[in-house]
Amino acid sequence: MTFPNSPRPADGCDGDAVLTDGSRVAVIGGGPAGSLFSYFLLDMADRVDLQLGVDIFEPRLFAKPGPVGCNMCGGIVSESLVQNLAVDGVFLSSDVVQRGIDAYELHTDVGSVRIATPTEEMRIGAVHRGGGPRDVTEAKWESFDKHLLDDALGLGAKIVPSRVEAVGREHGRPTIKVAKGSPVPYDLVVVATGVNTSILKTFEGLGIGYQRPALTKTLIREYYLGADQINRSLGTSMHVFLLNIPRLEFAALIPKGDYVTMCLLGEDIDNALGDAFAGAKEVRAVMPPDWDPQVKSCQCLPHINIHGVEKPYANRVVFIGDSGVSRLYKDGIGAAYRTAKAAARTAVFEGVSEAAFAGHFEPVCRSIRSDNRVGRYAFVLTRVAQRTSLMRRAILAITRAEQERGWRPRLSGILWDMFSGSAPYGDIFRRMMDPVLIARGVFVMPGVLFSTIRRGGRAAGEPRSREVIT
Amino acid sequence: MSEGALGRIYEDGEIVVRQGDVGEHMYVVQDGQVEIVREEEGTETVIRLAGRNEVLGEMAIFDRQPRSATIRARGRVRILTLDKRNFLRRINEDPSLAFRMIETMSRRVRDLSQQVSELRATAAARDVG
Repeated sequence: MTFPNSPRPADGCDGDAVLTDGSRVAVIGGGPAGSLFSYFLLDMADRVDLQLGVDIFEPRLFAKPGPVGCNMCGGIVSESLVQNLAVDGVFLSSDVVQRGIDAYELHTDVGSVRIATPTEEMRIGAVHRGGGPRDVTEAKWESFDKHLLDDALGLGAKIVPSRVEAVGREHGRPTIKVAKGSPVPYDLVVVATGVNTSILKTFEGLGIGYQRPALTKTLIREYYLGADQINRSLGTSMHVFLLNIPRLEFAALIPKGDYVTMCLLGEDIDNALGDAFAGAKEVRAVMPPDWDPQVKSCQCLPHINIHGVEKPYANRVVFIGDSGVSRLYKDGIGAAYRTAKAAARTAVFEGVSEAAFAGHFEPVCRSIRSDNRVGRYAFVLTRVAQRTSLMRRAILAITRAEQERGWRPRLSGILWDMFSGSAPYGDIFRRMMDPVLIARGVFVMPGVLFSTIRRGGRAAGEPRSREVIT
Repeated sequence: MSEGALGRIYEDGEIVVRQGDVGEHMYVVQDGQVEIVREEEGTETVIRLAGRNEVLGEMAIFDRQPRSATIRARGRVRILTLDKRNFLRRINEDPSLAFRMIETMSRRVRDLSQQVSELRATAAARDVG
């Protein structure tokens, strides 16, 4: 209860902050996090007869090819996100999904294995976030980001095609300033800029307890192969590589309509690491024989969030997607969906005060952060496998046995969820400790040891046939 | 119909789910059309048609009863399968995920009420006649 002479609540303690008819919401960034937030906010507000004004500040044109419309990401919509969006009424048409993915192929120096979806259907979407790589003259597809933005605009959000230059506070409300404009107050500011922007630094200076997340660099390259070549070589599988290349932690080739996206994670990632990976015989075996790794359509080295923000909210301000808390290495768009929806739910049903976000938005962030902590251990195991030939052989042998003998796909399921980002890391890690899986490891070990000893004399670079187990 | 899009293609007449089966999945039509068919004592009745972006098969997920009707492809159709476990787990974290589902089910109950009303009116008119 507030009395007429009560002191005004200090900034950050505005416990009665709620959105009412006519409230104005600013969303900085029109990528998936910003668009999904706007979509869910307006959808939920409509359900409770609440009239809101939503301005999305986004200077990029996602329909344009090259950097001007790109959001610098591998462009995978995970299995679980595809399903959640479908239930939420966000329809991904075949114009948006450039290739449905129905399998993962794991490649190592000791063999390859194909893990297909049990339902034999395209469960994962490979998309172009923007209008496509730099060399595209006319896009044959619809940009994923534009598609989501159009859904938000369809519910009444307005686009402001300007870059936000400054943020501030005025009478307890956040303000937004664009070039040649005056600061405009809003009832809620939602920060969905991602991490490849300087505006986040401004929020650190506001004294609201926000600190930018810890980052790592990724390498993304696009190669034009044409649909026919892709159908013949990579097909409808995402290709994941466990290769013992110094500094490389994770690498994948994602087939799309006419292009293949190469995604690398690692330490001090740079062009040289990209070239080392592209030149690896395991990669050359997957790509068409006449492919030239030096002829790339596009390349970028964007940052990703690897250590979620501890307090991604304040009074009337909330940080979603990569600007706040994201999933470690995988399914960044899925994390954007979860945080965007949690923020929208909180804003409509609980209010926009710091306390409301702490009580109703923070649990989702906390769940992602704690799952990431488990994820780090899961990735340590992946790194061990990357560097230990015996373990790589054991993984391939167990997966082969599961598929050939019709065993329950314990390891295949773990690999599928690990690569696709479809299940929480906690769930994956628990399944890694499954006694039956460990027993399977013991079962295949004599054969693996025999095989390792038999082939032990072969040098790491020695050619071998590509063995794919389906 | 694009071969690269999400889901799986069912050819004309192919059964997606059969009446009486245990329901472990829901379905979303991505492209094309399906018919919902109810079979009673050997007689088939097409209850309705469903098209793009419609969620189907949700009743068996919630009431844990066998499928109440058959879903059959009408022409070539692409359908995405949704897992019961993933869906229920997500509802546990985000109850608002059920909004659209409840909306769909409410609309269907409303349509069915309308049909029952029309059938009763027709039967009453026949009795009077």
